Amino acid sequence: MAAQEQQQPQSRDVEAEADAPEAPPAAPEAQASVATQGVDDLLDEIDGVLESNAEEFVRAFVQKGGQ
Amino acid sequence: MTARPEGLPSDKLPVGGAMRVMGSETEYGIHAPSAPGANATMMSARIIQAYANLTRQRAAGGAETRWDYTDEEPLHDARGWTVERSAADPSQLTDRPPVLDAEAVALAYGRQELEADGGDESGSLLMNMVLGNGARLYVDHAHPEYSSPEVTNPRDIVAWDAAGDLVALATVRKVAADPDLPAINLYKNNTDNKSVSYGSHENYLMPRSVPFGDIVRGLTPFFVTRQVICGAGRLGKGQDGSTSGFQISQRADFFEAEVGLETTIRRPIINTRDEPHATADKYRRLHVIIGDANLSQVSNYLKFGTTALVLSLIEAGQAPKIEVHEPVAGLQAISHDTSLTATVRLLDGRRVTALDIQWMYYEAAAKLGQETGVSDSFSGDGHTRDVLERWESTLGLLGSNPAGAASSVEWLAKMSLLDGYRNRDGLEWNDARLGLVDLQWSDVRPEKGLYYRMLSRDRMQTIVDDATISRAVVEPPSDTRAFFRGKCVSSFGKDVVGASWDSVIFDVPGIGKLQRVPTREPLRGTEALTGQLFRKHATAGAFLRELLGLDPAPPA
Repeated sequence: MAAQEQQQPQSRDVEAEADAPEAPPAAPEAQASVATQGVDDLLDEIDGVLESNAEEFVRAFVQKGGQ
Repeated sequence: MTARPEGLPSDKLPVGGAMRVMGSETEYGIHAPSAPGANATMMSARIIQAYANLTRQRAAGGAETRWDYTDEEPLHDARGWTVERSAADPSQLTDRPPVLDAEAVALAYGRQELEADGGDESGSLLMNMVLGNGARLYVDHAHPEYSSPEVTNPRDIVAWDAAGDLVALATVRKVAADPDLPAINLYKNNTDNKSVSYGSHENYLMPRSVPFGDIVRGLTPFFVTRQVICGAGRLGKGQDGSTSGFQISQRADFFEAEVGLETTIRRPIINTRDEPHATADKYRRLHVIIGDANLSQVSNYLKFGTTALVLSLIEAGQAPKIEVHEPVAGLQAISHDTSLTATVRLLDGRRVTALDIQWMYYEAAAKLGQETGVSDSFSGDGHTRDVLERWESTLGLLGSNPAGAASSVEWLAKMSLLDGYRNRDGLEWNDARLGLVDLQWSDVRPEKGLYYRMLSRDRMQTIVDDATISRAVVEPPSDTRAFFRGKCVSSFGKDVVGASWDSVIFDVPGIGKLQRVPTREPLRGTEALTGQLFRKHATAGAFLRELLGLDPAPPA
């Protein structure tokens, strides 16, 4: 029975939570600013990944019929 | 692997929960930025050819295998009749081998386009492969399509569906490395936002004894609303995307009917194509065409897992007894409302939200799981409990704090990225850069695909790890007939001349005629039943002689 329990799916986020060192809860404003910083970093990265000339790239993406 | 209650025969799955024989099909969007006018069918064939070249390098003797069309029946309708070939739309005739000859391509897309693209190579391009993981990779209309091998549970479908994205990535890399070919991008999405949609289909095996009317009644309210957990998000509204704004589903605006046989025109919420690809008097294969292609593993897991649960409810006669008034309009109204407050009218007069309907199905499925015992944490089937828990927690978040579901529900993840751009740069919904974010979300290349950029920053939850997906690229599932198909291809590829969902055909020197091995029972041909045979025999001849009970080869 114990072996079967181990077969239960375990998501990565659960594992990450278990591994994370305990930190004191941040103040709400600090959490918000950390989240904003995270989004800014993400957008900065994506700026560098996006195809150049968005308008032309999107316009040229034309597909033939499908199911 | 799955716990198997004692006394359950090896060709039966536990009933009442999320376990079921199922598979996915993904048609990838295809685009060559440096050759925008390139013929889509030809490019798709190049993609298949690229994978054939890769697998030839991987497996001695070549792992490519031709598809066998003997049992394809695309015009059989689950409601009990067959469409005349002459009355069918040409795109429905999927049972003829698509030998890519120049004439066929020219007829479909115009001779000039073909000549501009170099028609000479067409005769030599492969259109159709069976892979060592049991999947099929082929040209479907004007898109490359990966059809996963049959699996028995929603975790495995996530792994083998994501394996298809790695196969697609490998072909993109292979083509890009060829200096003579324009680079080709593949996108796991469902529309070009210019009126064209292409599918991501699900297949579920059901007992034929379940009346089709029960399936239609039981599934329709669920299909109208499940997009809130598994929609992939789309910028623009209407089939051509010209109305600005963001909506939950890629596919919703392309559906025009409630029930029907077509998949390319007048698309129906419930598709009636009835090709069981298995013993026809025992099974039907429910062909679901309404879903979005998912990169988010949690959305994909819930898409298959909750649908499997609802099919179990229908089989048990315990689906919620509700009927949505005007379901096609409801489907679109729900997709167009990211606040999740839009309501649809039930025939009993109540007005309810998508979440209300999802909760009705959840409650019924949780009850059935308890009654049958499949959701028990110790003696259950090892899957149903997890699907129910994730379904419940996702619905809870969507009702209380939708932003909290942005790491799991795909449309919310995409919307969070678009909102980030809108807030930072003050962009309107119809800004081309947002259109590019929507498109590039689904690029299969991890350095370009924005889903993958989110994943690499731990902003997306996962169900299976990378090693599991990589293994699923080359290994078939162990617990369905896909094991037999995949192992035949990877072990005896040069002696396999054709394969399909329900057969493998050998041409073995020394055994006179072609040998067609039927695999009509989806839960046979498993590792438990045939693994020993593959381990024992190094040659196709010896393998086949034992499998078919033929006389041993005469001594040389």
